[in-house]
Amino acid sequence: MAIFRTRLHWGMLFALLILLFTCPLFFSDRILTILTMIGISVISVHGLNILTGYCGQISIGHAGFMAVGGYTSAVLCAKLGLPFWAALPCGALAAGIAGLIFGLPSLKIKGFYLIMATIAAHFIIIWTIIQLRSITGGPDGLSVPSPEIGSIMLGSKTNYFYLVMIFTCLATLLAKNIMRTRAGRAFIAIRDNELAAEVMGVSLWSYKLQAFFIGCVYAGVAGSLLIHYISFASTDQFPFMDSVWYLGMLIVGGMGSTTGAIFGAVALKLLDELVTMAGPILSAAVAPQAAASLALISQGLIIIIFLIFEPRGLHHRWEMIKAYFSLWPFSHQE
Amino acid sequence: MAFFLQLVVTGLAQGMVYALIAIGFVIILKCSEVFNIAQGHFVMIGGYLGYTFLVPFGLPVWAALGMAIVTAIIMGLLIERLILRPLLGEPVLAVIMATIALSTILGGLATLLWGAEYKAYHGLLPTITLKVGEISIPSESLIGLIVSVICVAILMLLFRYTKIGLAMRATAEDLQVVQGLGIRATTVYAVSWIIACVVGVIGGILLGGVSGANMDLAEIGLKAFAVVLLGGVNSIGGAIAAGIILGTLENVAAGYLDPLLPGGGLAQVFPFFVMIIVLVFRPYGLFGLVGIKRI
Repeated sequence: MAIFRTRLHWGMLFALLILLFTCPLFFSDRILTILTMIGISVISVHGLNILTGYCGQISIGHAGFMAVGGYTSAVLCAKLGLPFWAALPCGALAAGIAGLIFGLPSLKIKGFYLIMATIAAHFIIIWTIIQLRSITGGPDGLSVPSPEIGSIMLGSKTNYFYLVMIFTCLATLLAKNIMRTRAGRAFIAIRDNELAAEVMGVSLWSYKLQAFFIGCVYAGVAGSLLIHYISFASTDQFPFMDSVWYLGMLIVGGMGSTTGAIFGAVALKLLDELVTMAGPILSAAVAPQAAASLALISQGLIIIIFLIFEPRGLHHRWEMIKAYFSLWPFSHQE
Repeated sequence: MAFFLQLVVTGLAQGMVYALIAIGFVIILKCSEVFNIAQGHFVMIGGYLGYTFLVPFGLPVWAALGMAIVTAIIMGLLIERLILRPLLGEPVLAVIMATIALSTILGGLATLLWGAEYKAYHGLLPTITLKVGEISIPSESLIGLIVSVICVAILMLLFRYTKIGLAMRATAEDLQVVQGLGIRATTVYAVSWIIACVVGVIGGILLGGVSGANMDLAEIGLKAFAVVLLGGVNSIGGAIAAGIILGTLENVAAGYLDPLLPGGGLAQVFPFFVMIIVLVFRPYGLFGLVGIKRI
């Protein structure tokens, strides 16, 4: 069944795209920056959603895989002088390969053990990047030339916003479509019952690694986009808390749904911005460290509140609202 | 040789503290099948509590320890009642995410209360100096070793000879039977969280006494996970053995290899390499039950 079935669907799609791509006309640079960061997060969370939400392989090392992608394309650009359009796929591929390597334990372990393996992956990746000082600049970081494709300079906020939005839309379309292929259905089968999936002829070995590869390619793209946006690569851009935060986005949005990934990333990024704005006021009123603590406490509380009161995430709520209005005013929901 | 032995002895004492922290993790896991990612943050809170009661309050060591333990008990009760109880019976991922969220909340609270600063209270804990030949045993490490051994012994006695200890062991064995016999599983869960908090806080005070309290103490929890995985997640004896093994290995590896590596800091990632290797080759650890995974 096609994703866009009716005229209304197509109409809404075009309205959304037009709205999205005319954003730079009405918004300031600051808001464009926020939207760009949201776009990058959406790409990354799509990857995590395929890996964790659909295939059930929990990963808390997503920021580490983003770092692999980001650093690969940064090094290719800065040291070897490759153009941006060539470096980005290389970064994505490198992240995917890193994902394959660290996904290998998933063939033997699951649940908590896999979480530990991916946490270990994050720290090992960051440590390796710092160790390879001659290539990556180690703790000093690495400055990256401003990206350009052909004669189009992408340095400006507006142009980069367009680039990220194109990637976000393509990533969303791809994520939605991967789930409709044989591989996507195999992922869901593995998540729901590994034993049953294997008996039905789904090769766990192949599909788990595919899930890791696809998820980490997404992370790699997001990582390169992030590095090129800031024009500077440093390990501080990929803190461990980000890995946790991406999983939080997935929970808030709703696991195993492409819409959910978008909802989650947008909601939590906006919350982040809210906290950043409220921070200085709070710091002045209470104590200088209040802003930092507010950020941490609000993140933790949001995740816990969603886990307890809305475990299926915003996506589920959205479906309920849609179901309500599709039958309105004669609807009755039991 | 003296250098090697020195590394081993320091590692041994450090490993004992790791083991103490890892035990808190194992107790929660055995009783309620919850993987508590926030264990390291209990340690950090413990380090700061030790500072608060020893320096601004100026309490003597025994009173400070008592106050810290009381705080830990309240903390454990609150955490169990407010966060874990509503999530009973939810999938593993939900519970793990809840403990991760708990760890960020604890981090935020510590930032608010102590300003995420480095707080030293070096030299306030009692010291015992011991020197065997050329090897000097760092006094704080020795205290850590002694306190850890005492704590482990108390826990062992608790499990062996008390009613609640028996209930906890029974819950670890079979929840349904326990409920059928009229033991309140929720009480067992609460007690296991209290023990985990107390153990973590004691570990935090010990570590804080050596290196001062700061936010990085929470990372010790990640090392405790490596210990737990190496020992086998459901074995207390395994946690102790693995703690000692890992503490020693880490110190020896860092002592010999750090000069060779440009960035250094091998001690920080060493546990993660151990973790990956254990997970790939022996997922049930050295002493764990074989066949934990069901694929």
